[in-house]
Amino acid sequence: MVPEIGQFALILALLLALAQGVLPIVGAARANSAWVSVARPAAQGQFVFVAIAFGCLAWSFANNDFSVLNVATNSNSQLPLQYRIAATWGSHEGSLLLWVLMLGAWTVAVTVFSRHLPEEMVARVVGVMGLVSVGFLLFLLLTSNPFERLFPAAPDGRDLNPLLQDPGMVIHPPMLYMGYVGFSVAFAFAIAALLGGRLDATWARWSRPWTTLAWCFLTLGIMLGSWWAYYELGWGGWWFWDPVENASFMPWLFGTALIHSLAVTEKRGSFKSWTVLLAICAFSLSLLGTFLVRSGVLTSVHAFATDPKRGIFILAFLTVVIGGSLALFAWRAPRVGLGGKFEPVSRESMLLANNVLLVAAAGSVLLGTLYPLFLDALKLGKISVGPPYFDAVFVPLMTPAVFLMGVGPLARWKEASLPEIAVRLKWALGVSLLTALLLPFVMGRWTPLVAFGLLLGAWIIATSAVALKYRLSRHDGNNLWARLRAQPRSYYGMLLAHCGVAVFIIGVTLVKGYETERDVRMAVGDSVTVGSYAFRFDGVQEVSGPNYGGARGTIDVSRGGRHVKVLHPEKRVYHVQQMPMTEAAIDTGIFGDLYVSLGEPVSGGAWSVRVYHKPFVTWIWGGCIIMALGGLLALCDRRYRVSVRRSEAIVTAGGKKGAGASGAAA
Amino acid sequence: MKPRHKRIAIIAAGLGVLALASALVLNAFRSNLVFFFSPSQVMANEAPRGKAFRIGGLVESGSVKRADDGLTVRFRVTDTAHTVVVVYTGILPDLFREGKGVVAQGRLEADGVFAATEVLAKHDENYMPPDAAHAIEQAQKAQKSVVTQ
Repeated sequence: MVPEIGQFALILALLLALAQGVLPIVGAARANSAWVSVARPAAQGQFVFVAIAFGCLAWSFANNDFSVLNVATNSNSQLPLQYRIAATWGSHEGSLLLWVLMLGAWTVAVTVFSRHLPEEMVARVVGVMGLVSVGFLLFLLLTSNPFERLFPAAPDGRDLNPLLQDPGMVIHPPMLYMGYVGFSVAFAFAIAALLGGRLDATWARWSRPWTTLAWCFLTLGIMLGSWWAYYELGWGGWWFWDPVENASFMPWLFGTALIHSLAVTEKRGSFKSWTVLLAICAFSLSLLGTFLVRSGVLTSVHAFATDPKRGIFILAFLTVVIGGSLALFAWRAPRVGLGGKFEPVSRESMLLANNVLLVAAAGSVLLGTLYPLFLDALKLGKISVGPPYFDAVFVPLMTPAVFLMGVGPLARWKEASLPEIAVRLKWALGVSLLTALLLPFVMGRWTPLVAFGLLLGAWIIATSAVALKYRLSRHDGNNLWARLRAQPRSYYGMLLAHCGVAVFIIGVTLVKGYETERDVRMAVGDSVTVGSYAFRFDGVQEVSGPNYGGARGTIDVSRGGRHVKVLHPEKRVYHVQQMPMTEAAIDTGIFGDLYVSLGEPVSGGAWSVRVYHKPFVTWIWGGCIIMALGGLLALCDRRYRVSVRRSEAIVTAGGKKGAGASGAAA
Repeated sequence: MKPRHKRIAIIAAGLGVLALASALVLNAFRSNLVFFFSPSQVMANEAPRGKAFRIGGLVESGSVKRADDGLTVRFRVTDTAHTVVVVYTGILPDLFREGKGVVAQGRLEADGVFAATEVLAKHDENYMPPDAAHAIEQAQKAQKSVVTQ
């Protein structure tokens, strides 16, 4: 009964989404306020029904209803409850339902937090998001129905893929989807601007917080995926330039370009068409990312095993969205107009350079990811593009961008003076060079690549400090604390996010420069030295869990004769799928990780063991978290909330239309 | 005409950066492409020698042999028509098993053995790397056409 309720709820949601998508947009074009006002209730109603459907699926999983095909394929009665619930989004169908649920949630959020926007703009934004929902709901109902029944019902399920039975894997898709779906808000704002023919600084101020929030989630989602791969896959790697990883990274790059471009549009009214184009591309890449992993064309540890026939629907959907929005852009962009002029040396030009570099980097990643697929589709052979390509291309493109990260905040809008900036940054450059030259010796060896990476990281931190100092010095006279409090949160957000990038770069540099790895055969009592640590193998015992059995090793770690820790890597076999899995044992620390994983048993009661020392590897994910925190800080800036209050005052004084004008005043 | 000159300068600079980036990208691209060959193609000498490439198919049942040091393993990869011997030093991925799909990247040695630097195995019960599946499909098609002749 419950799955059928879920199915009906999805159909009702589709009908509401159709109303939400069509009526408000047509109503806005024809100034039909009755149709325009359909937007908010339709969106809220659609969300309710999608939530009901999602709840029905989750209920089926929690209650082991194996007459639902999805539950039978992805769950098992021995699976712990939290993973049964997580299995709701562990499959293709379920994760799409999660996507639609999140789209509904973001739409409702837009309807709630947009009281100060003009009604026809809200109508268009909600309408566009409704059309995207229509696409996804159609895809779900026509090709990927999560509520399909299985008769006769299976006695038990096939169990969730053991790789997904993990807290990191549970939270990674929701975070990632929050980011992907969040870019649909930026996309909807861009399309709304094109449809309305009006794009000004206030438009940028409205879309900025939404875009930044989506970017924060995407950053966290990618970081979680990388961290999960590190501790779960057992190989100690954290980024493989795998097509699915690239599929999430490209929208991130475009999203970063977008948040910087929006800054210019808000402050100076320039870059308008470019910002709209970036918003369209960021969302298109999000869609591409969502669907690439489901199309069946990828050889990857990530790829969902799925029916390539769905690819046709996906292709049609992508064509409609991307082709349609680009066509709309080509048609309406000239209406949007140009913005303020700026000199070749100015903050605008530096942000433009930043955008060009980010887009070029994303383009090269796209080439490396899609080229093999195109060749294969044209039957021209099967190739793969390895990580060395991406490393060779990405680093040189990002280096100038990192350099600009230091110079940009010090440059003035419209016209900046290079000599003045150079004078201010002398000290920062000196400190960075010194760090790059001396720090590697502290770590052990000096190599050019390590020095280069440290130079970039130190440059960002030093220039941020200099920028803050000069900014504070402008408010002379007040005490330090008052001056610190006078700076807007968005400024601190920027500094924090940039420092997050620095922490990330330093982490990557130190790990790649100084990590040590050994694959060894160890008999009981054998010891191996990695870095300055000694690892002694103390044997293996049998263990069993709720739905698995396996071997648990004991490794004693010591350094300089002193005992540090005992690690317990495991090799499990999950009963239902008969699938072996490695659970690495990791001792995490700020200054480095000790990582041990079991290989397999070899002759003589010994085991093959993989031992790593990874210095500063946590800085990689710490840097990403700091970046996301910076973004969060920036979007909590008072100016996104003051305009609400001011426009509320004007509304009570005289009429709804006044609310739009006050946005410009604030 | 100063504004126009400035605009031209900006556009020229942008194009210059893009040209440089493109050159960089294409160069790195060409030297990092890895081609895929099936065992039949390798036996027909279609695969390059001394250059890295990928080979895929099924792990032939009963062919997995581990050396005494515990870390070097030899096995045969087959597409049901031909087989190639692969040797790999290191820990194999969890899902590597006889009779299941595998893709290996490495070089073909002078003695016809494929020295793998990387071994990828499937990641769940139903998944077969498309490349490996394709190789097997091609081989079966070839065999069928021989039989009907």
